[in-house]
Amino acid sequence: MPMDQSFIGRTYPPTEPYQVGREKIREFADAIGAPDDLYHDVAAAHAAGYRDVVAPPTFPIILSFAAMEQIVTDPELGMDYSRVVHGDQRFSYRRPIVAGDELVVVSSIDDITHRGGHDFLTTRAELSTPAGEPVVTVVCKLVVRGHGE
Amino acid sequence: MSEMAYETGQQLPQQTFRVTRADLVRYAGASGDFNPIHWSQRTAEGVGLPGVIAHGMYTMALAGRAVTNWVGRADAVLDIGVRFTRPVPVPDTDGGTSVDFTAVIKSVSEDGLVTFDLTATCGGEKVLAQARVVIRQV
Repeated sequence: MPMDQSFIGRTYPPTEPYQVGREKIREFADAIGAPDDLYHDVAAAHAAGYRDVVAPPTFPIILSFAAMEQIVTDPELGMDYSRVVHGDQRFSYRRPIVAGDELVVVSSIDDITHRGGHDFLTTRAELSTPAGEPVVTVVCKLVVRGHGE
Repeated sequence: MSEMAYETGQQLPQQTFRVTRADLVRYAGASGDFNPIHWSQRTAEGVGLPGVIAHGMYTMALAGRAVTNWVGRADAVLDIGVRFTRPVPVPDTDGGTSVDFTAVIKSVSEDGLVTFDLTATCGGEKVLAQARVVIRQV
């Protein structure tokens, strides 16, 4: 059964604030093989005008991936996660994330379409500070493969 | 350090990143994405894949590294978007596989935004489409 398009526009409750840690940024940078000083060295970050080390561009996937649990486990939506393929991914920044940031995630379903027996789901995660300062928008398109292939 | 001035149509030199199984295990831990298709041959083959594949997000992270390396600033990226078109199989060998990145400058705006169109290939096959990164020049 195709995914119900009436879920377009559904927004989920904000997550608990995520504390962006200096060591987590360093760990993530190491995991992607990025030795850049701004990701590791507090003095270099200060010299560049930042309060603390800066997160690599795809770092917010940690938060948006965790927050997407709300969508994939939404019993009303009834998504079969075992059939999900990652289609598209995008991060649009207002400013870089730095260690010490607290970020809340609000996830929404922006679009649901059907094509060739598959469902295409566009999700959006807005990451902002608890005070409401927008920091980065994360858009993820998922393909839920149909059973017909 | 003075930054180079970009021009529309300019080609960026190829960068190659090696990807091994150990990299995927480490990325799984750091990112929280423990989907077993990225570390278990049995699971990957069970869902019809040729073997363990890299996280799409790992390949995307390498795209980000390619751009920050070209630009010479780790905080340059304002916007990064990709479409995952083909998996990156990572064999269980010491050398793993490698992903090659090239780019062309699509546009340079008056307010200093530079748009890179990236090409990412593994074994000659394109693994990303619509891979576009916008940076701000300082």
